[in-house]
Amino acid sequence: MKLKSFIVSFIILMIVWLLLTSSFDLAYLITGAVVSAILSLLLCKRCTIFKGMKLNPMALVYTIIYLFVFIFELIKSNLDVARRVLSPSLPINPGIVEVKTTLKSPMARMILTNSITLTPGTLTIDMVDDSIFIHWIDVKSTDKTEATEKIVKRFENIISKIYD
Amino acid sequence: METLEIIGAFILLSGSIFIFLGSLGLVRMPDVYNRIQAGTKASTLGTLLSLTGIALMTPSWWSRLLLLAIFIIITNPVSSHVLARASHKAGIKLSKRTVSDKYKAYNQAKEEAEHGNES
Repeated sequence: MKLKSFIVSFIILMIVWLLLTSSFDLAYLITGAVVSAILSLLLCKRCTIFKGMKLNPMALVYTIIYLFVFIFELIKSNLDVARRVLSPSLPINPGIVEVKTTLKSPMARMILTNSITLTPGTLTIDMVDDSIFIHWIDVKSTDKTEATEKIVKRFENIISKIYD
Repeated sequence: METLEIIGAFILLSGSIFIFLGSLGLVRMPDVYNRIQAGTKASTLGTLLSLTGIALMTPSWWSRLLLLAIFIIITNPVSSHVLARASHKAGIKLSKRTVSDKYKAYNQAKEEAEHGNES
C-alpha cells in the first residue's frame, strides 16, 4: 500500500516538473527524478489519499472517458448559466437538496464533488458521512433518491471504475 | 502561423465573453449561492478558453498553460464550495424564491439532538 502511494505521487510530481521545464535534457530529468523521489519519500509516509486508486489499463481508459464527459458537462453548464442570466425573467428555482453517494475513498469523493460543482446548476455545500448537500439552481425534485439519480449517478458510475 | 493566431484570438474572445456573462450573473442573481454558481462556472470555462487561445497563439508555452489549467480545474470548485459553506454557516439567508433547504433542516435536527443529550 505504501509503495503504491509512493509511485503515484512520484509520477504526479514528475509530470508537473516536466510540464514546468518543458525540456527533456538529461540534467533536468535527473534533477526532477531525484527531487520527486525525495519529496514522495518524505511526504508519503502516512498519506492515504491514493489508497483506493486502481492501477490497471481499464482505469486509464475510464479516466480519459471521464475527462471528455467532464468537459462536455462543463460547456453545457456554461451555456445553461448564460441562458438563465440573459433571459429577462431570470428563470431560477433554487434550493438545497440532499443526495447520497456510495463512493468511499476521499480522493474519489473529492473528484465527485468538484465535478458536481462544475456541472449544470449544482454547487456542493457540505458533506456529512454519506450525504452531500447540494445547492441546485433549478430544483426538479426534493426527494433524496430522485435527486441522487439526476445529479450524482452519471459521474459516480465512471468514478467507481477508477477508484474502489 | 497566421491562421493559428487568428483562431487563437477568436477562442480568447469567446473566453472573455463567458467571463462577461459570469459577471452579469453576479449582478443579476438574487442571493449569494446563485451568485457563486454563476461566478464559478463562467470563470472556469472562461479561463480555460483564454488559456487555450494563448496556447494557440504562442505554441511554445503549451506545457505551462496546461499546468495552469489543471490547477484552475482543481482549485476553483473547492474555493466556491468553501465560500458557500461559510456563508451558510454564517446564516446568510437564501432568496425568497428558494423552494427547499435540506441543509438547514439537517443542522437544526442535529442541534436539537445535542440539546436533548445535555438536558
